[in-house]
Amino acid sequence: MQDSGRWGQHALGLTTGGAMDGEAFFWANRLVGNHSDTTAMEVAQGGLQLECGGTTTLAVTGAAMPLRINGQTKALWRSYQIHAGDRVELGHAVCGLRAYLAVAGGFGVEPFLGSTSTVLREGIGEPVKEGQWLACGEPAESNWALPMDQVPRYEPAVSLRVVQGYQAAEFSGEARGHFYGSPFKVSPRSDRMGYRLEGHAVAAPTGDRLSEGIAYGAVQVPPDGQPIILLNDRQTIGGYPKLGAVLSIDCWKLAQCLPGETVGFKPITLAAAQQLVGEAAEVRASVRLKRCE
Amino acid sequence: MKAEAPAFPRVEIAGENAVMVYLGDAMCPAVAARVRQLDQRLREQLGDKLIDTVPSYASVLVLYQADRIHFEALRKLVSDCGKGLNESVSDDGGRNITLPVWYGVEAGPDLAMLAEAKGLTPEAVVERHQERDYHVYAIGFAPGFAFMGEVDASIARPRLATPRRAVPWGAVGIADRQTAVYPAVSPGGWNLIGRCPVRMFDPASEEPMRVQVGDRVRFKSVSHAEYLELGGTP
Repeated sequence: MQDSGRWGQHALGLTTGGAMDGEAFFWANRLVGNHSDTTAMEVAQGGLQLECGGTTTLAVTGAAMPLRINGQTKALWRSYQIHAGDRVELGHAVCGLRAYLAVAGGFGVEPFLGSTSTVLREGIGEPVKEGQWLACGEPAESNWALPMDQVPRYEPAVSLRVVQGYQAAEFSGEARGHFYGSPFKVSPRSDRMGYRLEGHAVAAPTGDRLSEGIAYGAVQVPPDGQPIILLNDRQTIGGYPKLGAVLSIDCWKLAQCLPGETVGFKPITLAAAQQLVGEAAEVRASVRLKRCE
Repeated sequence: MKAEAPAFPRVEIAGENAVMVYLGDAMCPAVAARVRQLDQRLREQLGDKLIDTVPSYASVLVLYQADRIHFEALRKLVSDCGKGLNESVSDDGGRNITLPVWYGVEAGPDLAMLAEAKGLTPEAVVERHQERDYHVYAIGFAPGFAFMGEVDASIARPRLATPRRAVPWGAVGIADRQTAVYPAVSPGGWNLIGRCPVRMFDPASEEPMRVQVGDRVRFKSVSHAEYLELGGTP
């Protein structure tokens, strides 16, 4: 279970958690008429079966997991009314990694320090268990769809924009050249905390370093030269040198990557980054959902 | 003649809505006092323009609402707030806490290597680790993860070249001149020398965090049997 994250608790050492793919999470909630911070289910890889205990409105977004309601194949990125006894199945993802299943009014999860986000590493919340009943809110209007041209595509090779910062100036020009100039593969040792990459080693500056705060998307380079991109369940403080941070609106692309897929990086300035984030918010606000029957 | 700009506070970009403010480059109570004051001032001054801060040994990471305050305005605010920070290390109410540790090559998989690298016996490393009080400089990385310092230079060692994917809860580690107890199973790159049976973070408890910033911690060696008796897991 995830919402948009547990914010304001870094002083206790608590990370934010929250939906790894903020885009798909946002649209899942929007399609069922929820506020953007409403609790939804993050389904990694797929293979989920649900039985409906009452009437509710549901939408699935994110990774392409075959959705079936009572055995009938249904499209993702649109909302449906489901009733007591209906069976909802999500098959295994054929593209992308994480899907979001939202119901109108959200799932009933007790918040901890202002958020319902599950962070297993911190012992906060639990994964959804087989046989568990999930409380849902009141049904809403259904049969809304996100226009096709707005549906994100999950590619096996992604390019991420990086705001240069932190210790970037301490890395040699050659090391930065390797980071921006050569593609990396996603390591199987990647998770909600961070995505580990494998590729041409990026020589990191050496020397003692005091641990310091880590921003969302931070690009950390340990002495083995294999970068780690720190995401939702990241540690709040760490001591490895960092090159900067991946643009927040690009992090979902990485969160949908599978081990072995390809990641490349491109540097951008702070001004460009802030402009892109502002434009993305405007585009999102201007999208009108489509009515479908 | 133009006056030289003070080295601190130094502001660096850390992301599209994050700046890092450095207040020094050493782990010491005077810098820690400046960090606490600047953190307090920024929280008061920024109000709803602030998302959160992450104070640490010698720095404060400031996460801000980029649509409410411009980077240049924030930089100026930080510089203003950084003026006249008090360096006096007054009595900050820190407590004295003793944490039991089961030391040894079995409990600490990096102890033998650390000892060898420093030309010491494992026993000597363990002894030196217990010789002094450590100041709690920051809580972070994970809930209840207390960054403490500083260990004697003779037992300091950099982090592992490749962090471990899973360090057990209670593991006691050294990274450069810092020491810490892992509160929960997590990835980590510190040199592990022993295990502590005390839960550093317990969300169900009245006092979820075992130690706080400003506390003084001393480690005390216990046997494997005592470690298990105190709640340690094999």
